[in-house]
Amino acid sequence: MAAGIVPKFVGSRVKRREDPRLISGNGTYVDDIKLPGMLAAVMLRSPYGHAKINSIDVEAAKKLPGVVAVLTGEDIRGKLPTLITAAPAQNVPYHPALAQDRVRFVGEAVAVAVAIDQYTAQDALDLIEVDYDPLPVITDPEKALEADAPVIHEQFGNNISTRAEVKSGEIDRAMREADRIIKFRLVNQRLAPVPMEPRGAVAQWNPGSEYLTLWSSTQGPHLLRSYLAEVLKLPEHRMRVIAPEVGGGFGCKLNVYAEEVMTAYLAMLLNKPVKWIERRRENLATTTHGRDLITYIEAPVKNDGTILGLKARFICDMGAYLQLLTPMVPGFAGMMMTGCYKVPAMAFEQLMVFTNKMAPDAYRGAGRPEACFIAERTMDMIALELNLDPAEIRRKNFIPKEAFPAQIASGLIYDSGDYEPALDLALKHIDYPKVRAEQAEGRKHGRYIGIGICSYVEICGIGPSPMLPPSMKGGGWESATIRMEPDSKVTVLTGVSPHGQGQETSFAQLVADELGIGIDDVTVVHGDTAIVQYGTGTFGSRGTSVGGAALMMAVQKLQAKMKKIASTMMEVPPDQLTFNNGTIAMASDLTKSIPLQRVVDASYGHKHPIPGIEPGLNEAGFYEPTACTFPFGTHACVVEVDADTGVVKFLRYVAVDDCGRIINPLLVEGQVHGGIAQGIAQALYEEVIYDENGQLLTATLMDYAVPKAEMLPHYELDSTVTPSPINPLGVKGVGEAGTIGSTPCVVSGVLDALKPFGIKNLDMPLKPEKIWRAIQAARKA
Amino acid sequence: MRVTVTINGQRRSDEIEDRLLLVHYLREVAQLTGTHVGCETSLCGACTVLINGKAVKSCTVLAAQAEGVEITTVEGLVKDGHLHPVQEGFWEEHGLQCGFCTPGMLMLTTDLLSRNPDPSEAEIRHALDGNLCRCTGYQHIINAVQYAARKMRETRKSA
Ligand code: FES
Ligand code: FES
Repeated sequence: MAAGIVPKFVGSRVKRREDPRLISGNGTYVDDIKLPGMLAAVMLRSPYGHAKINSIDVEAAKKLPGVVAVLTGEDIRGKLPTLITAAPAQNVPYHPALAQDRVRFVGEAVAVAVAIDQYTAQDALDLIEVDYDPLPVITDPEKALEADAPVIHEQFGNNISTRAEVKSGEIDRAMREADRIIKFRLVNQRLAPVPMEPRGAVAQWNPGSEYLTLWSSTQGPHLLRSYLAEVLKLPEHRMRVIAPEVGGGFGCKLNVYAEEVMTAYLAMLLNKPVKWIERRRENLATTTHGRDLITYIEAPVKNDGTILGLKARFICDMGAYLQLLTPMVPGFAGMMMTGCYKVPAMAFEQLMVFTNKMAPDAYRGAGRPEACFIAERTMDMIALELNLDPAEIRRKNFIPKEAFPAQIASGLIYDSGDYEPALDLALKHIDYPKVRAEQAEGRKHGRYIGIGICSYVEICGIGPSPMLPPSMKGGGWESATIRMEPDSKVTVLTGVSPHGQGQETSFAQLVADELGIGIDDVTVVHGDTAIVQYGTGTFGSRGTSVGGAALMMAVQKLQAKMKKIASTMMEVPPDQLTFNNGTIAMASDLTKSIPLQRVVDASYGHKHPIPGIEPGLNEAGFYEPTACTFPFGTHACVVEVDADTGVVKFLRYVAVDDCGRIINPLLVEGQVHGGIAQGIAQALYEEVIYDENGQLLTATLMDYAVPKAEMLPHYELDSTVTPSPINPLGVKGVGEAGTIGSTPCVVSGVLDALKPFGIKNLDMPLKPEKIWRAIQAARKA
Repeated sequence: MRVTVTINGQRRSDEIEDRLLLVHYLREVAQLTGTHVGCETSLCGACTVLINGKAVKSCTVLAAQAEGVEITTVEGLVKDGHLHPVQEGFWEEHGLQCGFCTPGMLMLTTDLLSRNPDPSEAEIRHALDGNLCRCTGYQHIINAVQYAARKMRETRKSA
């Protein structure tokens, strides 16, 4: 866009272009796909946390009218290889798509029934007889490390998948020179992502052309294609993966699941389309979980509150098998655990441990919520121990504005930042001095108000390719194609795979402004490997910062070509031209212009204007980011704890976020709201619970507390804007910020309210019963 | 067995299995896939439709029990090519992200506003208790409901 032309769409609250189809029932999610002759597949799942499979009798099930096939692990042994882990780990177990010899967590797929419809397939499951010998179960990762613990994968001799250490700066000296060392244990409990649309897949095999089409509710169709190609031993050009409308992902749909493999395999085996749709119980048991990290922290500090270093020991519960990125997530937590603070030295040890549970993997934030929780709880602990103000302790330790780009102890380089204004703004919104006074007054009358503060920084726009594990397909780059059609309307193909984020709108805003056209003149297409060039997908808040940057590259190539054509028609040098209101015009005099359509005609028509310029208007961009972006902000809340019931009530919730330049404020707000809701859910409500026998106690939405509208506060949002120098758009990313900032904020608020009782720490979720018990215990003491 | 119902103003009669859930009848037999299945256990609200004008979770009803009723699904909200004010509200206020919970939210809101034309934020939050959304954190949904309420009150006034 030329200087002086005001963007029409970028920066405005443009309503979403994806919505008309979604609000009228015209979206096509994977379960809405119906193909002639399609069969339904249903999985039989292990009721045991750990057991030996002696035998499986499927004969009765096979005889049921309408049943087409029943397969067990024996039927795929040697035919389908192990499922894939892309992240490096020392001990990687064999992970069959259907259990063989042993089951290792409740819900593990043992057999699959395929029938003419889902009801019949479900009936068939009742007729399958499995003879199990239960084995000792281990669900506590710390106990799994003990010498006499049952071993989940015998070939490794113990339950350790990986042990790794990272050390940087003079941590030992920091420990020696500290006035005191603050030590505590933190638990990030296990969570379930619970997208409202469970997973699902439909596969179609054409034996004539040996071509596989798979629809899957996935966040990364190209990645899925590459991994499936490996497992199914098919060439990628004979495979088409389509992510239709996807009903939420939050990280759990960035994976390669047994059911996706089996659905494709069955379609090829039976020469019939096959559909598998996950039911909610399966979703809670067999879709990847998140977090589940125990941390032992040691923070050397000076008596004035200066933090000298941070040391942590991580016990990471890996579940029974490793999913795609399971071993990668805790690493992010370690690398970011010093937060927005000057911490000259750090060290962390990771112990990744097998247990009889589902594998966790990326879940909204993937390592950064854990990191932020460590950093922020550490700040609160320091404030508490030294009797300092929690806001001031943060201010004192912030990386100063002048230090950016700032390299932190772990080696990461924060692109840009200015942390104090966000903190100040958040404190101003809640009227910090006044609310502290109210708190003091309230305490005199048995009213327990708490003020929570969380200053976060997170890592977005993943990322330069070396940040991803070497065995990961795709890369940290992203891709886009832009095509001006013969009628001068524009088609964009993006390699990201939005599923609620709204890039059909925000990308159209970008393109419309750049080309001086209307937003309705742009259509953004995504999620189909046969249409869209290879892309990495949507995760790690990278859609706009990386995908948008790729799009800008393509746009600029298109602009250059069109200017060149226009230049010969107008006899004006290309660098003096700009796009304006449906024309290509002289930047110095916008009235000297020719309509875009004439340039388009010239390019597509038979009278091509310049020899040496190819016909057509189709350009691609592949963008490799040079670094990650680091959005930041401060969340502040005021809560009240009812000491008689332990119930937490929100009085205020303020979020000040800095996600760089904003393309569509409406979409940014939506992302922040949803993020905050999920973060509060971790702080107060949600927890995946397995009992000591490995039974999943939170297997329905009755037991797993996804928050309802009444359980969440009214969010008040504000922002500061510090553009990122990393990408041409200046955007940072916002998909996960809300989640990262809100969990520590709420915990900080609740514990602040409980300060008069001498309660220093409580593990999440801070349910009324837990709070009530802690208060009772404190009162007795 | 046979069931006869009116869906979005159209009467139809089908031979069905006794155990068929209404939501599956709508999606598989009537081919109206706008109504979603999020749990099958009456806990998420994705399957909410109107039965004789009242919001009902269609996974908790057998198709057989729907004999003779009038059902409205999300596909029936558009009238004469115009969006229903509730749909408009969700669009204007960014009341949806992935859109999976949305049909249920729209049907629930339609029912709510027919009973309470001017609900407060607290009343809306309470009314939404049976419908989960994992994407929006609900605030934009509340704005959407309020937008629709305003719009419907204005139309009524001018009518
Ligand atoms: S599908 Fe009916 S309430 Fe969830
Ligand atoms: S918009 Fe995704 S669940 Fe509500």
